[in-house]
Amino acid sequence: MDNVIRRRTPAARLGRLTLYAVLILAALFYLLPLAVMLITSVKPLSEISAGTLLALPQAPTLEPWAKAWGEACTGMRCEGVGGYFFNSIAIVVPAVLISTVIGALNGYALTKWRFKGSELVFALMLFGCFIPFQVVLLPMAQTLGWLGLSSSRAGLILVHVVFGIAFTTLFFRNFYVAVPTELVSAAKLDGAGFFRIFWRILLPVSAPIIVVSVIWQFTQIWNDFLFGVAFSAHDTQPVTVALNNLVNTSTGVREYNVDMAAAMIAALPTLVVYVLAGKYFVRGLTAGSVKG
Amino acid sequence: MHALKHPPLLRRTLLGLAVATALGAAQAQAGEVEVLHWWTSGGEARAANVLKELMEGEGHDWQDFAVAGGGGETAMTVLKSRAMSGNPPSAAQIKGPEIQEWGELGLLGDLDDVAEAEGWNELLPEIVADVMKHDGQYVAVPVNVHRVNWLWANPEVLDAAGVALPTTLDELFAAGEAIREAGYVPLAHGGQPWQDATVFETVLLATAGADFYRRALVELDPEALGGEEMIEALATFKRMRELMDDGMSGRDWNIATSMVIGGDAAMQIMGDWAKGEFTAAGLTAGEDYLCAPAPGTAEAFTFNIDSLAMFRVTEEAEREAQQTLARLVLEPTFQEAFNLAKGSIPARPDIDMSEFDQCAQRSLEDFQHTAETGGLVPSMAHGMAVRADVQGAIFDIVTNFFNASDMTPEDAAKRMTSAAQVAM
Amino acid sequence: MSTVSSSTRTSRVAVGRPARARLQAWLPRLVLSPSIAISLFFVYGFMLWTFILSLTNSRMLPSYDFVGFAQYGRLMVNERWWVASTNLVVFGALFVGICLVVGALLAILLDQRIRQEGALRTLYLYPMALSFIVTGVVWKWLLNPSLGIQAMVRSWGFESFTFDWLINPDMAVYTLVIAAVWQASGFVMALFLAGLRGIDDSIIKAAQLDGASLPRIYLRVVIPCLRPVVFSAVMILAHIAIKSFDLVVALTGGGPGYASDLPATFMYAHAFTRAQIGLGSASAMLMLGGVLAILIPYLYSELRSRKHG
Repeated sequence: MDNVIRRRTPAARLGRLTLYAVLILAALFYLLPLAVMLITSVKPLSEISAGTLLALPQAPTLEPWAKAWGEACTGMRCEGVGGYFFNSIAIVVPAVLISTVIGALNGYALTKWRFKGSELVFALMLFGCFIPFQVVLLPMAQTLGWLGLSSSRAGLILVHVVFGIAFTTLFFRNFYVAVPTELVSAAKLDGAGFFRIFWRILLPVSAPIIVVSVIWQFTQIWNDFLFGVAFSAHDTQPVTVALNNLVNTSTGVREYNVDMAAAMIAALPTLVVYVLAGKYFVRGLTAGSVKG
Repeated sequence: MHALKHPPLLRRTLLGLAVATALGAAQAQAGEVEVLHWWTSGGEARAANVLKELMEGEGHDWQDFAVAGGGGETAMTVLKSRAMSGNPPSAAQIKGPEIQEWGELGLLGDLDDVAEAEGWNELLPEIVADVMKHDGQYVAVPVNVHRVNWLWANPEVLDAAGVALPTTLDELFAAGEAIREAGYVPLAHGGQPWQDATVFETVLLATAGADFYRRALVELDPEALGGEEMIEALATFKRMRELMDDGMSGRDWNIATSMVIGGDAAMQIMGDWAKGEFTAAGLTAGEDYLCAPAPGTAEAFTFNIDSLAMFRVTEEAEREAQQTLARLVLEPTFQEAFNLAKGSIPARPDIDMSEFDQCAQRSLEDFQHTAETGGLVPSMAHGMAVRADVQGAIFDIVTNFFNASDMTPEDAAKRMTSAAQVAM
Repeated sequence: MSTVSSSTRTSRVAVGRPARARLQAWLPRLVLSPSIAISLFFVYGFMLWTFILSLTNSRMLPSYDFVGFAQYGRLMVNERWWVASTNLVVFGALFVGICLVVGALLAILLDQRIRQEGALRTLYLYPMALSFIVTGVVWKWLLNPSLGIQAMVRSWGFESFTFDWLINPDMAVYTLVIAAVWQASGFVMALFLAGLRGIDDSIIKAAQLDGASLPRIYLRVVIPCLRPVVFSAVMILAHIAIKSFDLVVALTGGGPGYASDLPATFMYAHAFTRAQIGLGSASAMLMLGGVLAILIPYLYSELRSRKHG
């Protein structure tokens, strides 16, 4: 797309200026909520009630962050959201890994080892992406009870894996469809087996889609609230549930700065992931599901 | 409060010794209670902590399971999910007719042993005891009695506007104008369905009286629900909007209370849990803030009782712990400490009220007085009058009517009649 | 071999080399079977379970007193349900439409050799990383007339500025659109941008040589090339719209009144807080019907495109 807009003529320069103006305005719109959160989280309480939303802090302080992490109270516990942060990690990491591995194998089997009905199987599994989660809440509760996993981290991991593999399978399947079949066929002729072909041929080219799957699952599971609140006990709650408890806990004067700091803490991992790897996420996603 | 600190501590050390010496026996006794509740605000949590310490003093383990948000709605979801998985907590904050529903499902364990030993039948007012029983057996223990129809006011704002604390609705509307002119919000409110319903039931009580209230919102008499009195109450309720401000949408009740505390608003109609907020702000009743029965409802008392229901458990130690919990809840130490912090009055009327402020003392007097005169009614807005589905249907109509510009009171009353039937 | 269709290939191999090959032929199915079982049980089983519940008069916990389709009848005369359904149509159409327009526009603008493109892209994209549990409090602030944008603009001296959609029953559903567009449009932008980068430059060059203007080129040449992107984006957005739950809870709580209720919140409120599991299940089944209406064309095209791929 070279020379789309020629430089240096006054009209082009004006056009260029408008272009940047529009883009920057859009950026401000997207940035607004985060900016308010960040600014509020480092303001002392007195400044929040005195000034407007976007007034910069006169005396910035990290105290709200410290309080949100380790001291803020919900109910009788005054331990902040820090501990729950690690609960989330303990749930997210295994759930993401397991669902990604299963998704990769499924996608591989569905594209490179087609059998009669494999398309039906795919269609069947795809539906899992679209099921509204409220629908499965009660049946899931009963099932977790049968499995003896209710209110445990393992139970939550199971739930997230179960409803995550639909997405990961979709990603990997759409990605592997575009990988040339010739290499696989040749390897089959050489007598290479199922896992060997996966390991040697598919896996080495899978980096982009693994990134997609991991990022997607990571954000989905980290941000989950519904399952987290319904299937956890007092000591297995993920950070989103703790955040909700904290924000909805009212103690005389509402400490908006602590609320915002807690929200930032809960948001940080997914934010970091998007900022650092967002590029690869989009690139990989377009290589997969957007393929025409 | 003084009585509170030492004995439990002493008891705990003694029990510690007992545990240390007779390890085997003591361990068989020590059970664990997991308590699901939404006492998450500062005052409530401190108060509930007293119960936890008492439990630990008796050698039992307290697992705190607080779920905040939405007036317990989130907590109820969790409770249902836990019950479905066959793993309910041993005790949960359940109240009103919902206790009956859980009881019908056969999930609650009975507390008759404790009730008999402690003489709950003599201790508790009959109207309170009835709520706690399913099928004639005690399945829950009352924690407190809230009065819902209170008016809270900031005297400085009233003075600035040159008005007195209104005692009738007419006075309220008149005062509202003066307050508005003086530059304040007359009535602080949060636009959430349960808050809308709280104001509605209070207005209904004022315009139509306790007997009509009972017919309409407790017995769901279709004639009352669609009647003239109802239409009038709805119209008056809608007028209350004039007294409120633009920012009310979705506002939490305690934020509304803080508007009164901070002097932005003059008054708020809210249950006596609002007092916890005033107390937390270091204010004194009668001096820094005023409390009075909501305008026009001096002769009535809408009650809202918090209670802990006990789920059926199999383990003997856990059962033991439950029984202990139930006993401790009604002991004066906890009743006093909890209700001082929460703003409510003790569930048993024999507690010494000298530590309590004038609002609570008045509340207890009115409670006993209205129990005799028939002005004592359960709060619909707080799930004491009807089951959750009917309550929800009424909420829908009330809040929609309150917010919609094009619904007439006649319309709303008609819908109320059909909703009450459909929901049943 | 590569010309032989898959099913005959496997069978031929299976005949040729017995044990190991047979295992190899069954291995893909074996690998898939846990996932299939999981789908069957956790997705289809639960759907069936919900359907069965929708035929009962379950209240606080599931019970099995069947009442036929009575719950659906009650739903049909329930005004709140219709408000929720209408809201979903309005919200869904606006959300999908605006996201597509904003996303495409931003992508085209970003595609003009912009400095700091990476930084801008990240700024547009990051909302997708956050849940409304996290950003809900801020959004409530921003949209609240006496705390947020309205108050801020008024404090700058524009006394008559009014932005009170959050408390206006007729407009509240549009505040949901604003927040939802904020969250997802950057993601759509990213999809479009990647699509644009994939377009062969020579097509555009040829059009330029023909003397076509820049807007014309985009409208006539580039956007038609992006049809698959549009399609995927619509699917993703529609499914976000139907599932929207946190958004409503965090922003409006369904209010004022129930003016901004959506089916997902309706279902949740009835099944979990109002002890009407039967009615809630019926509404969930209707939601599923809506999902199917979107999904069937998607699946159809997915499967068809595979045949060409």
